[in-house]
This record gives sequence, C-alpha cells and structure tokens, in this order.
Amino acid sequence: MTLATEIVGKTKDFFIQIGDLSYFAGRFFKEVVKRPFELKELLRQCYHMGVRSLFLVGLTGFIIGLVLTLQSRPTLIEFGAVSWMPNMVGISIVREIGPVITALICAGRIASGIGAELGSMRVTEQIDAMEVSGTNPFKYLVVTRILATTLMLPLLVVFGDLIALYGSALVENLKGNVSFQLYFNTVFDALSYGDLIPATVKSFFFGFVIGLVGCYKGYYSKKGTSGVGLAANTAVVMASLLLFVVDFIAVFVSDIFYEL
Amino acid sequence: MRDTKEKIGMGNVTSVEREVVIKIKDIRKSFGENHVLNGFNMTLHKGENLVVMGKSGSGKSVMIKCLVGLMTPDSGYVEVLGKEISTLDQQHLDELRSDIGFLFQGSALYDSMTVRENLEFPMRRHKDKLGVIDDTKPLVLEALENVGLAHTMDLMPAELSGGMKRRVALARTLILKPKVILYDEPTSGLDPITSKEIIELMRSIQKKYGTSSLIITHDVDCARVISERMILLVDGINYAEGTYAELSASTDPKVEAFFKK
Repeated sequence: MTLATEIVGKTKDFFIQIGDLSYFAGRFFKEVVKRPFELKELLRQCYHMGVRSLFLVGLTGFIIGLVLTLQSRPTLIEFGAVSWMPNMVGISIVREIGPVITALICAGRIASGIGAELGSMRVTEQIDAMEVSGTNPFKYLVVTRILATTLMLPLLVVFGDLIALYGSALVENLKGNVSFQLYFNTVFDALSYGDLIPATVKSFFFGFVIGLVGCYKGYYSKKGTSGVGLAANTAVVMASLLLFVVDFIAVFVSDIFYEL
Repeated sequence: MRDTKEKIGMGNVTSVEREVVIKIKDIRKSFGENHVLNGFNMTLHKGENLVVMGKSGSGKSVMIKCLVGLMTPDSGYVEVLGKEISTLDQQHLDELRSDIGFLFQGSALYDSMTVRENLEFPMRRHKDKLGVIDDTKPLVLEALENVGLAHTMDLMPAELSGGMKRRVALARTLILKPKVILYDEPTSGLDPITSKEIIELMRSIQKKYGTSSLIITHDVDCARVISERMILLVDGINYAEGTYAELSASTDPKVEAFFKK
C-alpha cells in the first residue's frame, strides 16, 4: 500500500467516524426528550461521575494552583508585578486552565470508564439482553451517561477552580504574606461575567463531548475483549482531541462577543 | 392473523394438529461476502422442544436473534406467536418480547446489578402484563426457587459460578412468564455435570409452565436428552430434520459428522 492510499484511507475513515458520531449525537437529542425518563439511573451516573471524581479533580487543581503560582512568582517579582499574581492566576484558571485540565482529567477517567463499561456490556450481550427485555438500551445507558457528564462537568470545573485558587493562595500566603481574604477578594474583583459565563458554557460542551465519545466508542465496540480495551483507549484519545477543538471554537466565539 | 395451525408428522409419530408459535420461511442473512443463512426454514409448535444444531459460525445465533428483532434478515419471513416481526413497531415488538424468553450464551447478567435487580429489570417495562405489583420480592423469589438459587438474591453476578450464572439467567428469562423460550447454547462453557443440571432444569421448566422451547446448540448430549425434533443447520439451510433417533442413524456424511464421538 502506498503512502498516498494509506492517507486517503485514514482520511476517509476519519470522516466516516465523524459522520457516525454526528448521527449518534442526533439520536441522543431525539431520545433525550422522549419518555420514559430514567431518573434513577441518571442520578446514579451523576453520583458515579461527579462525586467519585471530586478527589482526583481537587488534587489536580490544588497542584496546578501551587505550580502555576510558584513558577510565575520569580518572573512577576523581576518585573515588580507580584501584586498582580491573584489577578493573573484567577483569570487564567477560571477562563482556561481550570476547564481544560478538569475536562482532560475527566476524559481520562470518565470517557475511558464509559467506553470500557459499555464495550464489555456489548461483548457479553448485556445490551442485547436489555433490548430483549423491552428496555431501550440507548436511553438507559447512553442518554443517562451523556446527561450526567454534561451536568456534572461544570460543577467539577467550579470545584477544581476553587481548589486551584486555594493552592495558589496558600503559596502567596506562605511566600508573600498575603492573607487568604485579601487574595480571594483580589481574585473576585478581577473576574467579570465575561470570564465566568464562557468558561461555564464551554464546560457543558466539554461534558457533552466526554459522554458522547465514551458512549459512542463503547456502544459500538467490536466483539472480543481486545475490542473493549480499544474502545476505552480510543475514547480517551478522541475525547481529548475533540476537547481542544471545542475549546478553540469556544474561545473564538467568545472573542467575537468581546469585540461586540 | 394468519392460520397458525398445521399438521405435523415426525418419523413414526402420528400426525397431530398443533399450534404454530414460530414460523421461519426462507430467511437469508449475509455479512459482506459471508452468506450465513441461505434460505433457512423452521416451524416450532406449541409445547414442543425443538433443537437446532449446527457447527460454530453456522448462523444459529444469527437465526435466533432474527426471531426477537435483534437482527433483521436480508429477506424471508419471520413470524412469532402469530405476529410478523418485520411489520411490528418498537412498542409492539417490546410487547411481543415479553412473551419470549431469551437465554443468552454467556448468561448476559448485568454486572452492576445484584441478582435481585437483574430479575427485576425486565419487570420495569412490562407492569401491565404482570398487573399492579407493590412488592416484587415474591416474584423474584419464586423465579429463583425454580432454579434452586433463592439464597443468591443479594449477591452480585461476579460472586456466582458459571453454572449459577446460567441458572440466574434462566430465572430472569422466566420472570415474565414467557410462552416461548429461546436458548442460545445453554450448556456452552459448562462442565458436564453442570450441563446436565441445566438440561434437567430446562425440562422441568418446560413441564411446569408448558412453554415451547427452541434450543440452539452443538452439544449432542443436550440435543439427545431434550429434543423432540431436531434440525441440522448446514451451509445456511436446514440440511436435515427429524427426531434424534432418526438423525443419529443417518448415513449421510454431513449428518454423521454431528453424532461422531
């Protein structure tokens, strides 16, 4: 096979997958408004994806806050701008670093988990058994999981942001004798709705992408145990890539609104 | 509804008129260049135990999945309990499915649920059929007692052995009191003793509830014990049909191959 045909083949596969993913998303929007609403399962998934991710998101946020402050301090001191630390860290965490890092952590934990779980259910005929018992497996398994990630990710982002800011405040408190109250007052003074709203809106999209890709990869997992591993793996890769695409679009669109 | 009664005659069994519960006519199914079913025909009568035998990959599971709408044949006619599967919308298909029990090859118990939740799951969508139920525990217990596993109600599937999983799956199949039970390789992956126990269980369930059973297997012992009639699925068609005694005495090389030890 020549390099050219290989590239053409891969490009074709990529677009076929994007088409399939779009169709899958369309099916989600069609099913999400239909009865019956699987509320019990939705709450279970929200707990599973939200509460059980708190520690990981919190720890990552705390370390990011610490590291960002420690690394920025010498440069800001050099320019005599260390008093701008809360503003700089606050805006960068709330607008970009918090949502993206939290989403990437969740892509690793949640998308791969969904991919592996649904993949193994497909391989062991549990999805078929569900269908035979008269339950719509797409509604029970897919809709609930996508909704849960969409609803939980913004909350996780807020939690992660707060912990990251706390980590940053801790460094400033220890190294610069800045009180926690002064630090947080400065951060909240620096932030505007223009920072909070786009970040929150894009977090919903990040959650949707993570749930959608995880479910898509798992639900259509090919037979065999290797298929389950592949579903989990490709779910993380695809979700992470799409997160950056969504982030770019979100920043681009919010930039247009700023200029207006 | 079409006429669902027909006369059957099997070997030296006298012709009797029995109600037809499953009718398959000339179904074909291909996956790319792989032609799995090439015009398969089959009729299952009320209260009958019909065994369909075939080699691995001969299309047995594909055929059985076409019966419950999990797969759609490329062409042909599939009728279950007087209803043509291809003409049913989702709601009517789900209603029909409540009358069909399906025992999956690997048991297909839901890993994240307890045994009790596994058995309660099919009841969620078929409350009309079962009537108003405040407490599902007695129904679950009855189904588990039928398979001798009442004590496993609060266990997770991971805590059960292969044979126990198959029994629980059978209990889940029974919970909606189906008229027809489809068994997809009920003894595959089980040791000979557990296989015998499962076969005995299938027989006792059939006696107790008077269900019609379609059993897909390549286990000759299972076929010998449970079948009233057998169909050999070879090259996507019903190659031979008859009782176990008739087929096992056949001199046709393709039929003989199934019964050689």
